[in-house]
Amino acid sequence: MVRVRIKFEKTGCMKFIGHLDVMRYFQKVLRRADIPVVLSEGFSPHMQMSFASPLGVGKTSSGEYFDVDLLEPASSEKLVRRMNEQMVEGMRVLSVKKVPADKANKCMTLTAAASYTVSLNPDRISIPDNLSTLAEGFLSQSEITVMRKTKRKEELTDIRPWIFSLTAKDTSLHMLLSSGSVHNLKPELVMEALASYGSFGLPEYSFRIHRNELYADKGTDGDVRLVPLEELGEEIV
Amino acid sequence: MRKLALEDEVLLQLDKPERYIGNEWNSVMKDPSSVDIRFAMCFPDVYEIGMSHLGIQILYDMFNRMPDVWCERVYSPWPDLDKIMRERHIPLFLLESQEPVKKVDFLGITLQYEMCYTNILQILDLSGIALLASDRNQADPFVIGGGPCTYNPEPIADFFDLFYIGEGETVYPQLLDLYRSWKKSGHGRTEFLRRAAGIPGIYVPSLYQVSYQENGTLASFWPVSEDVPAKVKKQIVMDFDGIPYPEKPVVPFIKATQDRVVMEIQRGCIRGCRFCQAGMVYRPLREKKVERLKKLAERMLANTGYEEISLTSLSSSDYLELDELLNHLIDICKPRGINISLPSLRIDSFSLDVMSKVQDVKKSSLTFAPEAGTQRMRDVINKGLTEEDIRMGAGQAFRGGWNKVKLYFMLGLPGETEEDIRGIAQLCETLAEDYYDIPKEERNGRVAITASTSFFVPKPFTPFQWASMNREQEFLDKAHLVKDTVRSMLNQKSIRYTYHDAGVSVLEGVLARGDRRISGVILQAYRNGALFDAWTEHYRADAWEEAFRSCGIDPYFYTARERSTEELLPWDFIDTGVSRKFLEREWERAKKGIITPNCRQQCSGCGCTQFRGGVCLEERLSGHQNIQS
Repeated sequence: MVRVRIKFEKTGCMKFIGHLDVMRYFQKVLRRADIPVVLSEGFSPHMQMSFASPLGVGKTSSGEYFDVDLLEPASSEKLVRRMNEQMVEGMRVLSVKKVPADKANKCMTLTAAASYTVSLNPDRISIPDNLSTLAEGFLSQSEITVMRKTKRKEELTDIRPWIFSLTAKDTSLHMLLSSGSVHNLKPELVMEALASYGSFGLPEYSFRIHRNELYADKGTDGDVRLVPLEELGEEIV
Repeated sequence: MRKLALEDEVLLQLDKPERYIGNEWNSVMKDPSSVDIRFAMCFPDVYEIGMSHLGIQILYDMFNRMPDVWCERVYSPWPDLDKIMRERHIPLFLLESQEPVKKVDFLGITLQYEMCYTNILQILDLSGIALLASDRNQADPFVIGGGPCTYNPEPIADFFDLFYIGEGETVYPQLLDLYRSWKKSGHGRTEFLRRAAGIPGIYVPSLYQVSYQENGTLASFWPVSEDVPAKVKKQIVMDFDGIPYPEKPVVPFIKATQDRVVMEIQRGCIRGCRFCQAGMVYRPLREKKVERLKKLAERMLANTGYEEISLTSLSSSDYLELDELLNHLIDICKPRGINISLPSLRIDSFSLDVMSKVQDVKKSSLTFAPEAGTQRMRDVINKGLTEEDIRMGAGQAFRGGWNKVKLYFMLGLPGETEEDIRGIAQLCETLAEDYYDIPKEERNGRVAITASTSFFVPKPFTPFQWASMNREQEFLDKAHLVKDTVRSMLNQKSIRYTYHDAGVSVLEGVLARGDRRISGVILQAYRNGALFDAWTEHYRADAWEEAFRSCGIDPYFYTARERSTEELLPWDFIDTGVSRKFLEREWERAKKGIITPNCRQQCSGCGCTQFRGGVCLEERLSGHQNIQS
């Protein structure tokens, strides 16, 4: 048995495919590619995959991950190729890496940050011309308090500590945000806070979100050292 | 990358945007400039239902094997999108190219159930195609209907340019050849239709006229000219093993109703249940060879990646080499974690043994379809299943660990008495008692019996095509009688009873046995807002009631009246191969409660021996000499 971490991209019209259907899609891909997977115990054994972080419908990504246990090892190159022979347009496997098969190293547990590119649509929003300075000023605040909904309640939260970086270029914003099971900050919430800070309107469907990468935090003693999830695995040769 | 027909903003507002983007695995893309004929294949219901339909997958595969044809799919937009498309004048589009449906040469609509008729109009309307065939011009596609409802196409005759009567694998090449030469010739639409009417199985409603008697029944039905055949003959595949089968079916992203490989093992049925249209019109039974099915199963699983395979047919237990097929499937599926699903099985020790191998007994339930509550009634409908069979099957299942049983019945069958109705509850009670007679250690907790009844709707080309159908209130009274009887049973707590909507059943009855005058009612109901009538939450009885009223049509004329066998029926111009004489004979036998043996026991001379194949030849080979013709 070998646990592998699969990195893939989801672009174009695939952004309309929901998380559960992406899972079902990859189960079929693995079966079509004839890559034997370890099945669960019980009367109706099924494939178990563990996704790093579900991506919302409407978002694209070039840094999605899931872990799965393969029955027999094969080279990374071969696994990537075999899976990509079974892909639809808009889905592509970027890498397959061997990772330790223990709980602490599950991609969902490891996920600590995500980077996003938010592209503003000039047809739907009047983009402030000082977007870059606006972003700087926004970030220089010691506290950014927003109303945040969690599963249980709605409360005022300071999201500043969860924004690692925020920069603007032309009509896009790049942000590196805390993500995963501890503090999960959504780029939409940052956009709302920014709009309210810069006093500009943020109509519906006025921006698109692309996730670039997911990171683990490998820092010690409170230091943050973000490492892309794929780098925690090794190429199978 | 393809440009989608709908803006992101629209798609993100929808409940399931995945229904409209195409791009599924095994969907076929072609270069529009490299094909001569574009064919839109439509199932007039929501994507998840339409994608589950085998017939479309068969034809999609068949057409796309032709190098100069591109077949694409289209389904009914769900009401959320329907509303937006109307508001913003967005034309209905094809899933593959995302181009407007109106661009195609043919719009093929499969007609699987009557309650989708208003959705046909939605498809035409949103595509910008005239609803009435008579209003269409040179720029419009030819609208062609196929599927089981074409065995009485008259209620929807006004909306179609042509109908294809029979199995789709047969005369489409001929029709497309004709189309190619017609396109080059530059002749008008009517010229094409006239010539198409000469192809066996093709029915062009505009080339036939009807007149009615004073009492409202059909007086005559005749072709407008001599070159148009008076009878349209059902087309049927006799080389059932040789025809292509979709080895690479389209795999949806969202969970469709059939989220599995569907493998057709045989077509037709030997049983001859008198209420069943499929059992009559798909005669004779034709099997696929077991070796071919084994290969097909492996290829389809490899090409789709599905984790389940389902065997489909009208009565899978009648497949002669089922044993061998299933053992093979278990061998290849078990180690890979692939499930096998087996609908339409008779419950006997063989099938129970197989089911316990492929299903989790604790979780699964067993389904029986006795269809009627008493033996007398089952004999009337020629359901060759005795109470003994049911009790024995259930008893074996109970001892094997099953404790959930589903039973399907019909209410309103011809000649039904109070005793037959109460018999439904009684049969459930008997099974519950049988269960509790089993020693406690040998059974698995409490038993749960679910009985559900549908209301009987007589269908064309069945021995019951002349039968009277109950009115809404009669149906409801009968359902209440079942309910009360269940309540009075000793084991009532183990029996759950559900029944279908009675109003919808009556409407289905009108649409099933209606004539051309019903087209106006359907059109009016659609204008009144009727759509997705097959969906309880969308069914609008008021829209239909108003439509019947304003068209001056009494729905009960089509349902409640028992027809005389002398009467000219709207669908009599179709020749299914099953003779009218046979149906009349069966209707008589039904009234007397005499059962008719199945095709393997004895040939009853339905007329299908003319096709020279399938089960009819099988009998000849095995030495039975009792074929009548």
